[in-house]
Amino acid sequence: MTLAELQEIKARELESRKKIVLRCCMAAGCMSSDSAGVKAALDKAVADAGLGDSIEVRSVGCMRLCCEGPLVQADPANKLHVRVTAATAPSIIAALQGKDAPGLEFADPDSDFFKQQLSIVLANSGVVDPERIESYIAADGYVALRNTLRESEPSEVIAEITQSGLRGRGGAGFPAGLKWSTVAKSPGAKKYVICNADEGDPGAFMDRSVLESDPHAVLEGMAIAAYAVGADQGFIYVRAEYPLAISRLQTAITQAKRLGLLGSGIFDSPFNFEINLRIGAGAFVCGEETALMASVEGKRGTPRPRPPFPAERGLWDMPTLINNVETFANIAPILRHGAEWFASIGTEGSKGTKVFALAGKIQNTGLIEVPMGTPLRSIVESMGGGAPDGGRIKAVQTGGPSGGCIPAAHLDTPVDYESLARLGSIMGSGGMIVMDESTRMPDVARYFMEFCVDESCGKCIPCRAGTVQMLALLEKIVARRATARDLRLLEELCDMVRNTSLCGLGQTAPNPVLSTLRFFRHEYEELLQPEIPAATAAHGRSHESAVS
Amino acid sequence: MREQTGSDKRYRILEAHIKKHRARQDALIEVLHKAQELFGYLDDNTLRYVAWKLKLPPSRVSGVATFYHYFKLKAQGAHTCVVCLGTACYVKGADEVLASVERTTGVKAGGTTADGKVSLFTARCIGACGIAPAVVFDGVVAPRQTAGTASERIQTWVKS
Repeated sequence: MTLAELQEIKARELESRKKIVLRCCMAAGCMSSDSAGVKAALDKAVADAGLGDSIEVRSVGCMRLCCEGPLVQADPANKLHVRVTAATAPSIIAALQGKDAPGLEFADPDSDFFKQQLSIVLANSGVVDPERIESYIAADGYVALRNTLRESEPSEVIAEITQSGLRGRGGAGFPAGLKWSTVAKSPGAKKYVICNADEGDPGAFMDRSVLESDPHAVLEGMAIAAYAVGADQGFIYVRAEYPLAISRLQTAITQAKRLGLLGSGIFDSPFNFEINLRIGAGAFVCGEETALMASVEGKRGTPRPRPPFPAERGLWDMPTLINNVETFANIAPILRHGAEWFASIGTEGSKGTKVFALAGKIQNTGLIEVPMGTPLRSIVESMGGGAPDGGRIKAVQTGGPSGGCIPAAHLDTPVDYESLARLGSIMGSGGMIVMDESTRMPDVARYFMEFCVDESCGKCIPCRAGTVQMLALLEKIVARRATARDLRLLEELCDMVRNTSLCGLGQTAPNPVLSTLRFFRHEYEELLQPEIPAATAAHGRSHESAVS
Repeated sequence: MREQTGSDKRYRILEAHIKKHRARQDALIEVLHKAQELFGYLDDNTLRYVAWKLKLPPSRVSGVATFYHYFKLKAQGAHTCVVCLGTACYVKGADEVLASVERTTGVKAGGTTADGKVSLFTARCIGACGIAPAVVFDGVVAPRQTAGTASERIQTWVKS
């Protein structure tokens, strides 16, 4: 592959474009509402009307407004059709011909939900056909990889990423450039690049959407990273629960190999890079990087103490770069537009954009990408449309089982790493669950603790035993059988588990309890029973078995 | 080992898959995925066969198979129903959906009906939060379920 050949593919693809494009969402959300049937009906209607020369029906990735799917966007008319069915699909074609078109429903593509978005990671999502590499190349795909390999030194790439201020999108927000340079500097006969696509937080589906909608962006980002750190082998660790993402990645890897964009001597340079898929098997802890590496090696996914960090000793004890899907998807755009452009978006400490999965008790559920520092209120009220049926938003849960609940009173908080941490929550990978007045906070805490009990790998005692004890206490509280003493014990346990667990799972397991206690303590206290007086305590204790 | 597996075609497919991975020990999880796809679940014979082919101690294979939730060690029903209990589904009433399918099938999550028709599971999040609550019927995600719609679907299986 050469630059000329790449440009030729792009030119051919653009030339074959038809006057009207109907973009039909083929991501998992819309697929579950039969968007495949809609696509087939559109294809048939176009053929029946003899409009095959002027209308293209394109399968695309996520168009963001998942609650209204299946979605079909008509260009250049800028009409977004929602809740399309195989029966109403022919009406879309009829409408394009100016005929009577019954049964069509629309969403406003100029509403706040769309207008306030800024797409970098999702720029191709809903635009390119994720199963055709030509479609990605037509959107300037693989140009950044070519320019990197032919015109930049690895150190220059790392400097560019450092300068951009990009921080890891997996949750902790570690500066990407610093991680890359550590891997580059670490001595090792072989180095690896791993893409963490084990999106296990309940309520998060950003990475799934990126993989389903724009898999080549992730491959390109990984290849650039591999060149920068000196790796020649990559792995994508993706959860088994995402079959569509797995199949699209497989297709993308095969296509990239066929065009020589993966493999040996990429773009006639001495750089070789292979990517293999590793399918997870349903263990939340494998999102933790050392557990993930154990799983890639085919072992039980249990974490190990750090240091040594993976950047020094990772997969098979070799220096390993692990980044999240969204982090890799940011790489090619940064190199195409420059570090300064990226650094001009966002806040002082958090650059660029962040993709959030908006779900729960909110009008518009789906995917949004906004500049870092956007106030939470803009996200849930203007873009999300607030709670449905006139309800009131009570809290927003971010960061999944490692995060916390931000109360409505703090909705003006800008969304960036530091501001969320100050409120006792975390940015996390980007799941955002809106809760209304009908949700009771001790229930939420109990729900997440149950999750942690199930998912604790059992290696370290604070997490294995501590989460079980905390769950028992929370169940006692929810069942109105607990006293103030139990609540104190719960808080002590939170402190102990947080400070003594081996990995992030245990260290953050108390977060949902602590953050709901911080802002909604009265809800816990309302459920408490009066303390048993000292004289009868000995008798009372014999019945108290929940915690023992 | 060889005698037991000789007549079963599925072992030959599994062997080909193992060869594709050049019998690398780090491909254990990939091999177990394939075995579960072929046999529906992983029984002791299958695990011993995988251990033998990858030259791994059976304890290691068993340790991995029991660690991951995705691997099933018992035979499954003819149909499977997975109720997602992710946070978005949970705040939108997934617990009621689960209770209703548990009533309809008469088994708790993780169980299989006595006639072997339906296996019931829960999931921690299938990433379909935009269309919550979601239920996976025989591998196909169904959006916006209620106690009524989910039980109706199960009824059609029970009757068939």
